[in-house]
Amino acid sequence: MEATITKRTPLYNKHVEAGAKIVPFAGYDMPVSYTGINAEHEAVRTAVGMFDVSHMGEFIVKGPGALDLIQRVTSNDASKLFDGKVQYSCLPNSNGGIIDDLLVYRMSEEEYMLVVNASNIDKDWDWIVSQNTGGVELKNISDKTALLAVQGPKATAALQKLTDVDLASLEYYSFVRGTMAGFDNVIISATGYTGAGGFELYIKNENAEALWDAVMEAGKEFGIALAGLGCRDTLRLEMGFCLYGNDIDDTTSPIEAGLGWITKFTKEFTASDIIQGHKTNGTSRKLVGFTLEERAIPRHDYEVCDADGRVIGKVTSGTQSPSLKIPIGMAYVETAFSKIDSEIYIKVREKLSKAKVVKLPFYKA
Amino acid sequence: MNFPEELKYTKDHEWVRLDGDTATIGITEFAQSELGDIVFVDITTVGDNVDAESVFGTVEAVKTVSDLFMPITGEVLEVNPALDGNPELVNTDPYGEGWMIKAKVANVADVDDLLSAEAYRALIGH
Repeated sequence: MEATITKRTPLYNKHVEAGAKIVPFAGYDMPVSYTGINAEHEAVRTAVGMFDVSHMGEFIVKGPGALDLIQRVTSNDASKLFDGKVQYSCLPNSNGGIIDDLLVYRMSEEEYMLVVNASNIDKDWDWIVSQNTGGVELKNISDKTALLAVQGPKATAALQKLTDVDLASLEYYSFVRGTMAGFDNVIISATGYTGAGGFELYIKNENAEALWDAVMEAGKEFGIALAGLGCRDTLRLEMGFCLYGNDIDDTTSPIEAGLGWITKFTKEFTASDIIQGHKTNGTSRKLVGFTLEERAIPRHDYEVCDADGRVIGKVTSGTQSPSLKIPIGMAYVETAFSKIDSEIYIKVREKLSKAKVVKLPFYKA
Repeated sequence: MNFPEELKYTKDHEWVRLDGDTATIGITEFAQSELGDIVFVDITTVGDNVDAESVFGTVEAVKTVSDLFMPITGEVLEVNPALDGNPELVNTDPYGEGWMIKAKVANVADVDDLLSAEAYRALIGH
């Protein structure tokens, strides 16, 4: 057996101190919850919650060929970015599947930051390096960079106490470098994975603990809660956001995953001809959201059937929605069953539970 | 964590309280804390004779699902009706209002073979 070493983020001691339940995730010891998923979920939806997502990877892409390289490896059109703008995108593989989904930050005309999933850092890095025929400078700063996600309707008010940057004027999917809690050069990004609004703060590892403490203190009057990966998952699923490894992976096309909106054929990129074919000719399956009509919770890999019990797909994500109090999930189903209101059945412990295809997001703020 | 002395325990994290030949069965405080927020308890074996270590139901938490194992052979008599509307009772009061089933035990002496509170604590390292 191979020994695996789990890494720790610079905030690990904070999680232990707070009594978090810690689990291995993507090679890191991460807090799954502190007080309970439902309570943390509720805090983010109604007030403000803080997540440690320092396990995420960050790459710097720099030089005159930076944009060209990004355009070739990502599916969205990065030429639309301007300084201070963020874009959701994906890295297609040569078969038209997805190596990873990511955020692209334009720092300046010739410098970008890519933010990737922790579980894919090595895979993404190797791929981008292999595509870097133009001698672009690439730097993996993942192990030096901490990331705090401060999310929820009170996030702006809480963080505004710590910075002169006018946070309310920062548009969704844009960022500035500014001073936060006395630390210079913090990347303050109006992004997140919860649908609750708020910010993600990129800071050097050595300042992460102090920033964490400062945000907790500033957030006290707004009812700030520590939030773990458990509620990060329920929050993102209520919004219908894809989770890499569950809803998208190396075998899923961005088109069948509903990510056509980040797939732009105004340029050439890895497997763009194949993916264009998916768009033009359609795909045999599609990722859909569904709700269950009876009490049963859909889970990853459960079978999806038609009324006669014929298997028509597979569940990719599922949970009991803490906000809506109903079972929700996402699944790949045969395209004929992907229309809104289609009747499908989820096989839960050998029993077929009736479900209905619904429009995403499940939760509307 | 609390593991009442008067109860018997299993390696699958159930507890048993015996009254005559009727056993009240639930999951331990350790089990509920590992599962996290419980969403519902699905038990469809009322009236069935269930062997020791066989599945008598499942418990669904937000994050995960787990089978429930019969600590001792017996007939499932009833499911805690309060869990239908308030499954979180399993989290808040696992040995009291969060009990799961009552069962008619086939052989009362079997209960003696279950774990004491001390042995259970040792098993889970608490």
